Amino acid sequence: MTDQPRIDTAPRVSDEIRKTTCYMCACRCGVDVHLKGGKVSYIEGNRDHPVNRGVLCAKGSAGIMQHNSPARLRKPLRRTGPRGSGEFEEISWDEALKTAADWLSPLRHEAPEKLAFFTGRDQSQSFTGWWAQMFGTPNYAAHGGFCSVNMATAGIYTLGGSFWEFGSPDWENARLMLLFGVAEDHDSNPMKMGLARLKERGAKVIGVNPVRSGYNAIADEWVGITPGTDGLFILSLVHELLRAGRIDLDYLARYTNAPVLLDCDPKSDTHGLFLRDEDGKPLVVDRATGRTAPWDGQGVQPKLTGHIRRAGVTHHSVMHEIAERYLDPKYAPEKVAGRCGVAPDRIRRIAAELARAAFDEAVDLPRPWTDFRGERHESMPGRPVAMHAMRGISAHANGFQTCRALHVLQVLLGAVETPGSFRFKPPYPKPADAHPRPHAVACPDAPLPGPHLGFPQGPEDLALDADGTPQRIDKAFTWENPLSAHGLMHMVISNAAAGDPYRIDTLFLYMANMAWNSSMNTRGTIEMLTRQDEDGDYVIPRIICSDAYSSETVAYADLVLPDTTYLERHDCISLLDRPISEPDAAADAIRWPVVEPDRDVRPFQSVLLDLGARLGLPGMVEEDGSPTYADYADYIVNHERKPGVGPLAGWRMGEAGLTHGRGEPNAAQLDSYIAQGGYFTAHVPEEAAYYKPWNMAYQDWAVEMGLAEAPQPYLIQLWSEPLRRFQLAAEGKGERQPPEHLRGRIAATFDALPDWYAPLSDAHEDPAEFPIHAITQRPMAMYHSWGSQNAWLRQIHGVNPLYLPTWWWEKLDLSEGDWVRVISSHGEITVPVAHMAALNADTVWTWNAIGKRKGAWALDEKAPEATKGFLLNHLIHELLPERGDGHRWSNSDPITGQAAWFDLRVRLEKSAVPDEAQPVFGALKSPVGKGPGALRWRVGE
Amino acid sequence: MTALPDHTDRKLGLVIDLDTCVGCHACVVSCKGWNTQSQDSPLSDQDPYGADPTGTFLNRVHSFEVTPEQGPPQLVHFPRSCLHCEDAPCVAVCPTGASYKRTEDGIVLVNESDCIGCGLCAWACPYGAREMDAAEGVMKKCTLCVDRIYNDNLPEEDRTPACVRTCPSNARHFGDLGDPESEVSQLVAERGGMDLMPEQGTKPVNKYLPPRPRDAWEGETDVLAPYLEPVAEEPRGLLGWIDRTLGKL
Repeated sequence: MTDQPRIDTAPRVSDEIRKTTCYMCACRCGVDVHLKGGKVSYIEGNRDHPVNRGVLCAKGSAGIMQHNSPARLRKPLRRTGPRGSGEFEEISWDEALKTAADWLSPLRHEAPEKLAFFTGRDQSQSFTGWWAQMFGTPNYAAHGGFCSVNMATAGIYTLGGSFWEFGSPDWENARLMLLFGVAEDHDSNPMKMGLARLKERGAKVIGVNPVRSGYNAIADEWVGITPGTDGLFILSLVHELLRAGRIDLDYLARYTNAPVLLDCDPKSDTHGLFLRDEDGKPLVVDRATGRTAPWDGQGVQPKLTGHIRRAGVTHHSVMHEIAERYLDPKYAPEKVAGRCGVAPDRIRRIAAELARAAFDEAVDLPRPWTDFRGERHESMPGRPVAMHAMRGISAHANGFQTCRALHVLQVLLGAVETPGSFRFKPPYPKPADAHPRPHAVACPDAPLPGPHLGFPQGPEDLALDADGTPQRIDKAFTWENPLSAHGLMHMVISNAAAGDPYRIDTLFLYMANMAWNSSMNTRGTIEMLTRQDEDGDYVIPRIICSDAYSSETVAYADLVLPDTTYLERHDCISLLDRPISEPDAAADAIRWPVVEPDRDVRPFQSVLLDLGARLGLPGMVEEDGSPTYADYADYIVNHERKPGVGPLAGWRMGEAGLTHGRGEPNAAQLDSYIAQGGYFTAHVPEEAAYYKPWNMAYQDWAVEMGLAEAPQPYLIQLWSEPLRRFQLAAEGKGERQPPEHLRGRIAATFDALPDWYAPLSDAHEDPAEFPIHAITQRPMAMYHSWGSQNAWLRQIHGVNPLYLPTWWWEKLDLSEGDWVRVISSHGEITVPVAHMAALNADTVWTWNAIGKRKGAWALDEKAPEATKGFLLNHLIHELLPERGDGHRWSNSDPITGQAAWFDLRVRLEKSAVPDEAQPVFGALKSPVGKGPGALRWRVGE
Repeated sequence: MTALPDHTDRKLGLVIDLDTCVGCHACVVSCKGWNTQSQDSPLSDQDPYGADPTGTFLNRVHSFEVTPEQGPPQLVHFPRSCLHCEDAPCVAVCPTGASYKRTEDGIVLVNESDCIGCGLCAWACPYGAREMDAAEGVMKKCTLCVDRIYNDNLPEEDRTPACVRTCPSNARHFGDLGDPESEVSQLVAERGGMDLMPEQGTKPVNKYLPPRPRDAWEGETDVLAPYLEPVAEEPRGLLGWIDRTLGKL
């Protein structure tokens, strides 16, 4: 056709592409940032990047709108009005840093614990933790305590590594995948890519989730389980598999502690702990000799059902306990079906499918390898059953043991670190007892003697003074939650306001929206942040906040240190922290300023180094008083955690030029990263790619890479000794004893083999009065509170109705446009509703963190997020309701302290349509004004 | 009004897999980002930080529930954009010739300089795939990234629509649906790809792959995985069975 217009089908795309790492959620994909005229014009996935291989989610593609958000802070702020008013004056950086140093310096000299430094969705924890350690305060943690610490900790104590950052399904070999309660950004793109790959390969995906959204929508089979009962469902599967003998006996005997002998003498001080030889090594019965032998002895063949008789007592292996425990008819499908909301036949069939995939469709990779006992294997047999879980099973008061139960199921099938199952990502696997222990003893003018967070092995590792007083403001590592390996950020403000266990002076927050969606009991938290004593002074005297954006929490700070956007900063995603490794490669990455800030803002980590130098913190200042590091980039390159091991593993300096893993600092290291696309990978040798905890080729490679100092093979801990040590204490054994009121709870919940117990809140409120479970799901196109300032993303998720299942929808006679009152034992909200059939029959849900406070995030006060959007947080208290026993019990997992968000129970009543979602909070005065009324811009013109 | 070509040399289009689409909106935002910076005029947003934000999106994802007679309800995520129909009613109704279907590849485009913003094409399109840009007063639509697919400023592997390049769950495929040997045509043949609303007679080029059967196991045993036969009902029996089994190895 001749009159067809001529168009330019090959326009110039951009001036330049700069490759960095996304920060639109926690997934850390590689991005190609296109620039035109020095400005960001377009963001797409980096095709070479190990995490996302070119794809990018909605959040990542919308990064340009986050970078240009009207909610960006512009200059340091000092509060002028009352806390929470949002009234500030702009000040210079010099003044801001001097103010912070003046506040913090006396604390360091007198009582370092009076600084509570908590970072939220911080991706630089190995740095921020080190800073806090050098300051000397024991009060440091990030957000894991209210996120997924149960999943992380259960994995580390049981398997020697956890899901997501430290492990992944074997997408290329799995035949069946079980997906439990997944937050859809943990992790985001790899999970979507993996599910697509499984489907392409004809593998089956079973989704276990009360809500059929997202990944569950594409699952081949959906199990709409009742919240909080996943552990019971899993143990019923275990029961069925054990009854049928469909377990991997060889795997259990070789690689787990199932054959390890237990001290079975009830009178013994080590009752229920392992029998050990004189070197302290747990003992097994060797099949070859019939005698006891250390678990790792060369050539030893552990006998699964071993037992020995000593001094009139028979000591048997862990396998006896497993058989005893899980063959109990209380786990029979008929017994658990009602509670789980899953039919008995369905449980039986899923057990059969697991067995079929694991044993009848087993894979065998022809890769010879040698194990730690010196035995050579001609191939790598595998059990192609993959599992993944995240916050859904984790955020319950029974979450830790539920996560452990899931791991026990995996292990019984031989489905950990075998082809087709679950694979570790370097620096994992690591033995559960090789991690640091917590350090919490503060000493004026001195660093903390070791890292804050760690993995207690028994009561001796608790962070308690001699008189039993908690050493940390969040009471982490106390008898209330001994294994709180990520700290308890959600308890900091309430404890600080109550002065329990002591008063603090300065609360220093980074990237955490504690005055809104990241706290339980939001109104109460706001009250605590603004509470004044009889003299009119705030009970939390000082609050410093660093954020890039005008969040709800910024309004409660006395001093605001404005951060840059993720495109304007250096960062390292380090092997010392939470790296971007894949099962076949150790990998780390950087961010770098692909554009310079156009505001008077500074990257938080550089600010922290500046502050550290002003305070004279060890490692941050030279003898002549000059700062050790010019900025965070300088730290990334030159800091060494131990000789030859720094934040980044790639392109270090060896004796004969560039090297990887261990090596001296290399001044041009960041240039190498930038030239190579912003990341570094070191491939795991093929013969080391599976059976990593037991595979000498892997162990040697890990040492060479600087991931470990020596080979450290270990056994999977089906029976968990650390748990048993706490239980022993509760039984009255040992020197360090729990307080009386906690004795019974510890004895009941610290089971060395995972068991299921009902969510603790069931004993504090009447399930009949509150018959409905209420939970949130994470939208794939939003990340917590950050997304709503994004003009594109808020058009996708600008409102969040409460979704009701059919039975309740009809019972309450609801129709579109209706509202309901949602009532819990703590509070009440009034919110818009919608119907959803693909829901567990007694569960309602909404999208997480869409509701916003008026005046925050540069949004108009009439924004739907502020008028119709809502939070379930108003219904959840950090403490359980009183029950007249003289104690207020924490609404969290008794083992790890993980916030039990998903134990929420409510009742519903139809409501007249209010003007706005209830409760209504007063508007904050925006320190950045409001966003523009229209967007119509092309970059580079 | 405007004439459609009798024949196009190729039929470029998308194949969208409803079996793997998780509804993540990656394609929606990638499309918005690319076209905001590459088209003659940007895709605008009105009241973007206010009470009623609206904007121009050339691709949107809808989610709807399906409740089959047997088995639990299902949620289907359904991405929707221009289907580049062979008998495109949006072109036929265009009073100025601004809307046209390219003869070489069948892509339906709008020549913005001729568009008077009358909206007839949006009215004629049964799929709601056209978007009037409120700021520009012209009709916007999916161009199948005509400024990418032939663009030799891009590496060859990137000469594909932005939505296809970004899709994390591999639910979007691009190619020549007029060539029965093409990968997309093969995919359509294998998976029973469907026209959207064929009764409209628009002959869409884009195809949708239906979700594979879900929950087929509901309430019945799988012949390949019959219920497990017990070897033991109590601990001693199981331990004995373990010893016997391992003894045979």
